[in-house]
Amino acid sequence: MNRKPMATPLTQNITPHREPPDLKQYAQAGGYQGLQRAIKTLTPQEVLQEVKESNLRGRGGAGFPTGLKWSFVPRGDDAPRPKYLIANADEMEPGTFKDRLLMEGDPHQLLEGMILASYAIQAEVAYIFLRAEYWLAAQRLKKAIAEAYQVNYLGKNLLGSTFSLELHLHTSAGRYICGEETALLNALEGKRAIPRAKPPYPQVSGLWGQPTVVNNVETLCNVPHIIARGAAWYQNLSRSEDGGTKIYGASGRVKHPGAWELPMGTPIREILEEHAGGMKDGFQLRGFLPGGASTDFLTEEHLEVPMDYDSVQAAGSRLGTGSLIILDDRTCPVDMVRNLEHFFAQESCGWCTPCRDGLPWVEKILLGIEQGQGQPEDLEYLMMHTRLLGPGHTFCAHAPGAMEPLQSALKYFKTDFEQHIHQQRCPFK
Amino acid sequence: MLSTEEIKAIDAERAHYPTAQAVGIEAMKIVQHHRGWVSDESLREIAEYLGLSVESLDGAATFYNLIFRRPVGKHVILICDSVSCWIMGYEQLREQLQTELKIGLGETTQDGRFTLLPSCCLGACERAPVMVVDQDLHGDLDSEKIGEILAGYE
Ligand SMILES: Cc1cc2nc3c(=O)[nH]c(=O)nc-3n(C[C@H](O)[C@H](O)[C@H](O)COP(=O)(O)O)c2cc1C
Ligand code: SF4
Repeated sequence: MNRKPMATPLTQNITPHREPPDLKQYAQAGGYQGLQRAIKTLTPQEVLQEVKESNLRGRGGAGFPTGLKWSFVPRGDDAPRPKYLIANADEMEPGTFKDRLLMEGDPHQLLEGMILASYAIQAEVAYIFLRAEYWLAAQRLKKAIAEAYQVNYLGKNLLGSTFSLELHLHTSAGRYICGEETALLNALEGKRAIPRAKPPYPQVSGLWGQPTVVNNVETLCNVPHIIARGAAWYQNLSRSEDGGTKIYGASGRVKHPGAWELPMGTPIREILEEHAGGMKDGFQLRGFLPGGASTDFLTEEHLEVPMDYDSVQAAGSRLGTGSLIILDDRTCPVDMVRNLEHFFAQESCGWCTPCRDGLPWVEKILLGIEQGQGQPEDLEYLMMHTRLLGPGHTFCAHAPGAMEPLQSALKYFKTDFEQHIHQQRCPFK
Repeated sequence: MLSTEEIKAIDAERAHYPTAQAVGIEAMKIVQHHRGWVSDESLREIAEYLGLSVESLDGAATFYNLIFRRPVGKHVILICDSVSCWIMGYEQLREQLQTELKIGLGETTQDGRFTLLPSCCLGACERAPVMVVDQDLHGDLDSEKIGEILAGYE
C-alpha cells in the first residue's frame, strides 16, 4: 500500500511529562500563524470554506462534517447575537483519553482552533466545557487563556480587526451525559444536564436560545493547521477520503497502551501491532471496541479495516473516538459487557423511560448470567432490549450507544453467553 | 455567611455568564473547595446570593457526581471503574482499598482521612488501572503501590 509520509500536526508540540509550550514557544513553532492569516487576509466565509474543503469530520464520535455544521449558523447583519462556540471537553467516554493529551500538551492549539472557529461563525463568546476531573488541563488552559488575552488574540478588536471574542473556561461537576451536545447546553446554563429535543438544532437555537456550535476538542485542534497550510495539504495527510490525521488510542492488555497521531484511515492491525506493540505476552486478542465504550465489538477478522468513518461503519461498528479497547482471551466477554452496561445504567440522565428503566434491567440480566443464575430466555430478553433501546426509541443517543457493545457481543461471543447459562457459572473464573 | 474569599471567586465567575443560574455549579464548587462539601446551609447561602431558588440549585447539585451533599474525608479517592481499568484489575484494587481502609464505596474512614468513591473513566486509560487522590492521578496501579500512595496522604 502507498504510505503517506508521517506528519503529526496535532501532536508536534507535545512532550509527555513536560510543561506545554507557552504562547511564545507555541508561536515560535508556527502557532497562531493560521490566526494571523485568517484575521488579516480571509473573510469568515473563506475560513469556513477552507474547513469545508478539508473534509474535516467531527472527532467527538458522530463524525459530522465540521464545515457543514458551521454553515448552518445564521450569518449576516440580521443574525441573532450573541452567537456562541463551545469546545466539548467533557471526555468521559470510557476508553477515551485523547482530548486530555491535547489540552494538557498544547493548550494554545485548542485556543487557536476555537478563535478560528468563532471567527468563521462570527461568535462573540466561546466556552471550554471541561470535565471536572481534568485539573491539570484546567490549570494549563487557564494560563494559556490569560496569555492569549495579553497579546490580544482574545478580547476586543482582535489584532486590530473588528472581530472581538471573549473566551471562558467552564469546569463541570462530573456526569457523562454532559458530553451530549444538547445536555451540555443545559449544563452550561446551570440546569440539570438532560438532553434537549432536536430540532431546533443548536446551530440555530442553542445556548440561551442563541446560535451555538459545539465541537469536540480534537476537531478544533485541527483547524489552525487547515487554515495555516490549506485544505489540500490537510487532505493529503490522510490515507482515506476523510481528511487529516487522527489520534488513535489503545488500552487493555496490549504491550504499550497509549495514543498516537496517525494518518486517518490507518488499518487497525497497524495501530495494534506497530504502535501498541501487540498483545501482552500470554494473552491473545479476542475482540475490541474500535471507538470507545459505545461502539460495536469487532474481531480478528476486521484487523485489516482502515480506521476511518466509512470503513469502520462498513465493518459493522463506528470509528467513535478512535480509541481501541482490547478484549483478550482471559477476560470474560459477558462480564466486560456487564461492566459497560453498569456504566451506561449509572450514567443515564433518567429523562426517558426506556433508558432509565431498560439499562438497569439489562445490567441485572447480565449480572445474573455472570453469577451463574442465567436462564436460556435471558438471551431473548437481551436481544429484545437491543431493539427497544436502539436508535429512535429514546430521547438521545446514550441508550442506543449502550446497546452497541451488547448487540455485537451477542453476535460474536454468543457461545460464551451460552456456556455461562449452561454451566451455571463463569467459565473464566 | 459566604466568606469574602468565596464571594470574590463567585463574582469572578459571574462575569463570565449572562445569567446567575449558570454560575450555580461553579459557586457550589467554590464553596465546596473551601468547606469540603455543600451543606443545606451552604446551599441556601449560595442560592440567596445568586438570587436562585434553593430547589433549582439542589436539583442541579444532586445531578452531578462531584458536588458533595454529605461531608467527605480529608482526602477523596476517586477510583476508576470503567472498562479499561476493569480489564486491568480494578476489582482487586477496589477490594484492597476497601480492606485497608475498612470502608465500602461511598464511605469515609473512621478517622475521617479518606472517602472512597467510584468514578467513571478518568481519561487515563493508557495507565490503567488508575485512581485520583484529591487532584493527583496515580496510574499503573498494583497492590504494592496502593499502600505507599495512601501513606503519602496524612
Ligand atoms: C451520551 C453522549 C456523550 C457524549 N460525550 C461527548 C464528549 O464527552 N465529548 C465530545 O466531544 N462529544 C461527546 N458526544 C458527542 C456530542 O454530542 C457531539 O456530537 C460532539 O461534541 C460534536 O462535536 P464534533 O462535531 O466536533 O464531533 C457525546 C454524545 C453522547 C450521545
Ligand atoms: S436516552 Fe438516556 S441519557 Fe438520553 S435522554 Fe433518555 S434517559 Fe437521558
